[in-house]
Amino acid sequence: MREYQDRKNAQKKHYYKDSFYVAEQTRKFDAQESEFSEDLKALNSENLEILDSYVELGQFVVYVKSSENLKALRIFKSLGYEVLSEISAVDFISQKGGFEVFYQLLSISNKKRARVKCFVKKAEMLKSVVEIYKSANWSEREMYDMFGIFIQNHPNLKRLIMPDDWHSHPLLKSYPLHGDEHARWYEVDKIFGREYREIIGPENRDSAKIDSKDTFNFGRIYHEVERGAKPRDEKILQEYQEDGGVAFVKRAKRGSSKILEKRP
Amino acid sequence: MQNPSKLRPFFENIEFEENNGKMILNFGPQHPSAHGQLKLVLELDGEKVVRAMPEIGFMHRGVEKMAENMTFQEFLPVTDRVDYIASSANNYALCAAVEKLCDIEVPRRAQIIRTMLLELNRISSHLLFLATHALDVGAMTVFLYAFREREYILDLIEKYCGARLTHSSIKIGGVFLDLPSGWTEELLAFCNKFPSDIATYEGLLSENRIWRMRLEGVGVLSRENALSWGCSGVMLRASGVEFDIRKAEPYLVYDEIDFEVPYSNTGDCYARYKLYMEEMRQSVKILLQCEKLYNNSGPEILANSPQFVSASKEQIMTQNYSLMQHFVLVTQGLKAKRGEIYHPTESPKGELGFYIYSTAESSPYRLKIRAPSFFHCALYEELLVGQYVADVVTIIGSSNIILGEIDR
Repeated sequence: MREYQDRKNAQKKHYYKDSFYVAEQTRKFDAQESEFSEDLKALNSENLEILDSYVELGQFVVYVKSSENLKALRIFKSLGYEVLSEISAVDFISQKGGFEVFYQLLSISNKKRARVKCFVKKAEMLKSVVEIYKSANWSEREMYDMFGIFIQNHPNLKRLIMPDDWHSHPLLKSYPLHGDEHARWYEVDKIFGREYREIIGPENRDSAKIDSKDTFNFGRIYHEVERGAKPRDEKILQEYQEDGGVAFVKRAKRGSSKILEKRP
Repeated sequence: MQNPSKLRPFFENIEFEENNGKMILNFGPQHPSAHGQLKLVLELDGEKVVRAMPEIGFMHRGVEKMAENMTFQEFLPVTDRVDYIASSANNYALCAAVEKLCDIEVPRRAQIIRTMLLELNRISSHLLFLATHALDVGAMTVFLYAFREREYILDLIEKYCGARLTHSSIKIGGVFLDLPSGWTEELLAFCNKFPSDIATYEGLLSENRIWRMRLEGVGVLSRENALSWGCSGVMLRASGVEFDIRKAEPYLVYDEIDFEVPYSNTGDCYARYKLYMEEMRQSVKILLQCEKLYNNSGPEILANSPQFVSASKEQIMTQNYSLMQHFVLVTQGLKAKRGEIYHPTESPKGELGFYIYSTAESSPYRLKIRAPSFFHCALYEELLVGQYVADVVTIIGSSNIILGEIDR
């Protein structure tokens, strides 16, 4: 029988789940009785639709509709939040069919931080905020690259980190940890061409894989050989020496080297 | 025109693509000031840059993806590789975010040791900046001098945690070890000697005619642009914004320590160089005060928070229940509270923040690293326009980016 694979979540699962474990939650406070009450008042007076707002771990969190992200950020900028420190998304496709996008803001003059959040459905376009904060330029490109969220009116929406012709978006929960089928063949296809697939074989994308017989890429300690030579079983103590060598370089011996007690 | 085929691939550098007399120049990834990974495509009009298109992504290791598939403790050594010339700063940024999320109280001695490590890291990172920046601009001697002093710092760090590059010296809930005996004396010896070394660098550079001509008035970043592009750290402070997270949102023991944060209004490369030099002096000042605080602190270095942090080794070896808890924490990882957090810290390069969306699992549902270099690199699109090719090297050096942070 073929192995069952959950296509919605290809991430690593923890092998043990404590069914009686009750998770604690971070405490959320009402924004009205905090240092952010003025901000909340200003947001309300601009008749922005606020879906939810609270203070979590000292930062103001506001949920708005995804169509109103531009409006919300404009109000925040007028409230003294001069810096947009980060934009990114959280993948909730399998649970809710979309992404939670957050805009992390900083007010240098008032030493406050706020987070504007909105929910973007899977095929929905999100408006670009580059006209308000220029730092959004690369952050939005990165978000598009990693999640595939399309940004409307972005000056240069193309992949930032992955190659232009890369298939799928790596930070999706449905994207496997070691890359998908396209990732296995990407470099072979790109460099040699599809017809060389059988000769070269798929790329090994496990960065932790170590082959003790492979002397091209690894030097086993105390079993060192020349690059590409046959692996050796017996143990040797490598010492620096050159055949014929340079006349004024003495043969360095382990025993005769001097170790300084202290740097001069 | 070239006719590329399988046997004759397309070489970008063989022919210059000309349009309206403009030339496309691929600056890097081979140029030494481009760190070997930054591909900067410049459109030149004569010697003047008309358009700059930075391209990154030659090293993408998917650190955030790895974080989602590891427990918090497993991920900690991975953060070393993000900004690999100041790895303790990354360790601390992750630990601080998890500790704040889980409400773990770290003992005082651990806080002081962490502050010491962070400041040593700051000096070693600034020294590497100074060395490579000077080398890019053409000063070889400063490079050798700065690397000599960097060795002393790496020796100190090695003596503490055994590693020189990837420290992993900070753990969630405290630090692994107390300082070894005799360590503080060596630290004091370093702190006493280092200010005279800074004076040597400044003697070589500050009034040097070539250095000033290459740096003064080059890469001027206005206050508005610095804020809008999300700059942080020295890039922001050189443009006249008085903001340092160590002062504005103090963490560790920074609120007890007397130190100053240097600012400048000119916003050019020379101002940034001056700020880096002054920051190193201030770090020495912090280290000297930390040494006094350390001597007056109690012996605990690990938080007492059994749900998230294993007990001390002594407890584990003697108390059965501690051993059981330790076993659970090692095999399953700590289960953070449900919630989300963005925690900023002042790394040597600027604001390093960790955003964690936790669903009360032992690995984060989503972890986003806000790396300062990412935003400083994005700035090139605008900052390099209107500058000359020779200044491009100065500006890249002066913005002190680390590609490991940009690609993550």
